[in-house]
Amino acid sequence: MYRILEKQVLSDVTKLMVVEAPQVARKARAGQFIIVLMHDQGERIPLTIADYDRAAGTITLIFQEVGKSTKEMGTMNVGDSFSHVVGPLGHATDIENYGEVICVGGGVGIAPVYPIARELKEAGNHVTSIIGARTKELLLWEDKMRAVSDELIITTDDGSYGRKELVTTPLKEILDSRPGKIKKIWAIGPAIMMKFVAMTTKPYNVHTIVSLNTIMIDGTGMCGGCRVVLDDGAKFVCVDGPEFDAHKVDWNNLMSRLSFYRPEEESATRRFEKDHKCKLDRAIANGVK
Amino acid sequence: MAQLTQKERMKIPRQDMPVQAPEERVQNFKEVALGYTLELAKLEAERCLQCKDPHCMEGCPVEVRIPEFIQAVRDGDMAEAVKIMKSKNNLPAICGRVCPQEVQCESRCILGKKGEPVAIGRIERFVGDYELANKTLEMTKGAPTGKKVAVCGSGPAGLTCAVDLARMGHEVTIFESLHTPGGVLVYGIPEFRLPKDAVIKAEIETAAKALSIRILTDYIIGRTLTIDELQAQYDAIFLGTGAGLPMFMRIPGINFNGVMSANEFLTRCNLMKGYRFPEFDTPVKVGKRVAVIGAGNVAMDAARSALRLQSLIARANGESGGEVHIVYRRSSDEVPARLEEVHHAKEEGVIFDFLTNPVEILGDDKNAVRAMRCIRMELGEPDQSGRRSPVAVKGSEFDMEVDQVIFALGTSPNPLVFNNAGGLERSKWGTVVADKENGRTTVKGIWAGGDVVTGAATVISAMGAGKRAAADMDRYLKGEFDW
Repeated sequence: MYRILEKQVLSDVTKLMVVEAPQVARKARAGQFIIVLMHDQGERIPLTIADYDRAAGTITLIFQEVGKSTKEMGTMNVGDSFSHVVGPLGHATDIENYGEVICVGGGVGIAPVYPIARELKEAGNHVTSIIGARTKELLLWEDKMRAVSDELIITTDDGSYGRKELVTTPLKEILDSRPGKIKKIWAIGPAIMMKFVAMTTKPYNVHTIVSLNTIMIDGTGMCGGCRVVLDDGAKFVCVDGPEFDAHKVDWNNLMSRLSFYRPEEESATRRFEKDHKCKLDRAIANGVK
Repeated sequence: MAQLTQKERMKIPRQDMPVQAPEERVQNFKEVALGYTLELAKLEAERCLQCKDPHCMEGCPVEVRIPEFIQAVRDGDMAEAVKIMKSKNNLPAICGRVCPQEVQCESRCILGKKGEPVAIGRIERFVGDYELANKTLEMTKGAPTGKKVAVCGSGPAGLTCAVDLARMGHEVTIFESLHTPGGVLVYGIPEFRLPKDAVIKAEIETAAKALSIRILTDYIIGRTLTIDELQAQYDAIFLGTGAGLPMFMRIPGINFNGVMSANEFLTRCNLMKGYRFPEFDTPVKVGKRVAVIGAGNVAMDAARSALRLQSLIARANGESGGEVHIVYRRSSDEVPARLEEVHHAKEEGVIFDFLTNPVEILGDDKNAVRAMRCIRMELGEPDQSGRRSPVAVKGSEFDMEVDQVIFALGTSPNPLVFNNAGGLERSKWGTVVADKENGRTTVKGIWAGGDVVTGAATVISAMGAGKRAAADMDRYLKGEFDW
């Protein structure tokens, strides 16, 4: 069992958990992910490793409650345990001193971009980070990102904090204002954001890396459900990735594959919410405040 | 029963195993074949002629003493039958269900020359099930040798190797990448063929407890731990990591929604219990018209699972069921699946399209499968495998309307395992190079067996390899040879 040692509510729908998983922590590196299974009836959920502490034997997970399983995970508390945590999976980020780099994080994607930015900074890179979210509430780890970035730009879709823009606007400005300077770009966030980052950087021919979070079961190359189409054929995100050259990804195929199980996800979420509300109502009726 | 003459024995017909009726069983995932009763098992055992020079054992990869255990069943001495069986085969309840007996033990049975062979597999299953229910035989751990062994993978090869080594007194740790031990027995073979809790879990838990075998799930060799790390901590290593990587055809359209590997489809169904969604969280989709490409056991498993899912959905929605096709480029004579599976699939209504090969998968505007373009094949000259190789018939393309395509074309070893595996030699197919007789790899202290060496094969051949390796590892650990 993998105990939850710490839980932070980063927003209504974004939770952080520090989980005891020494065999993962001892090997984890920036860019890798794990798979968690809440209980015997649960599904295997891939989550990027947001941070790790080898000495303490812990990993940090950040997730947004979007479907049944993540909502249920959100109800878990310190002292509760995941029945399974497996990893680290996927390839680690290639960290070297490239010179000037940009790290783009969108929404909950800020979490996995953080250890990459940190390690890039430690390797001597000049790191400019752009973090964005729909609204201020959903923005996370501003302080941590600031601490590992030479420059930090914040955007929100609704202008409730930072610049009222999409992350691609400041990205384009930097590429225009420092021609030829930017050596590499990492972008992690919703598929649609990564697609537009890819479209933005392509004309500048700057190597852009995205971390994909496709539907997976085992995470070890066995099911092939995570496959993504690249210019040079299909690859498995779990073993060949999760990082890929953004300019080679067939984004439309990726997004349609991500939506394949949406009807099932939605029905499971509705059922869970109804059931969860019933339980809450009952608890309140029984005098729990 | 009074002592029968050989003639009388030969007059007893081969006893069928009670099964769920086809129309009933496609509505559920419960086991199809229900197993012999004691009376049926004894009657079938009476058919055995107890040959002086029995050939059946030659057909068994783990050399089960077949005539002896059949004699014990005939005598009604089940404890003895179990003892004889388990001296060679630790997992009879599993083997009785999944071994291709028709090409192994039963193919050598003298009765098969003129009539039907003794149903060795069915009697074996009865013995295995009897032991699971009655626990007559206590497995005992040998005197501790102080040697530590790491077994990677808890499928048929790893389990067999681990159990044998533990019985010899070695301290065994099994590393399993998934959350449940059993490997292909758990993720690949469906519940209706091999019950997960009643058989697999029971077999594994009993053995692990009796022999103090430590099973660590969630350990991916090559990621969580690497082989070089294991070498530093263990006196010997066995690799039974299987062949888990699915193959897709290199044809256009394989990434449309609705195209998947049999591994994905079956893992969702079996390991994740997708057929019980939403009670279990992992969904599994099934189309109205499903094409399964391939005709091995995995293809039969996928096709029959699809039929069941279709029936369950149809019943829930008050609709009629769907269609499931097996699309195979060779003819019915070359079908590699176990006879009983093909028979059951046909009974259940799976449609077989022989001499047919997909050339392209066609999608709709939503990126979902709408049809599969196929070409007719004819049989040409025999190839290296001795089977007549199929050749495309020019201009015979046609479109098959389908909304799901499942590839069951075989699997290859997972390369993940070999991160930091030193000088471990592999073939161009990615399989580990290991000695057929003893399982030794090219690295001292590392043995391998099962699908990781042979590529996708049978449960029993993997068990045989696990057994042979265990015997060799024991000799090595006792210092009887220095590699």
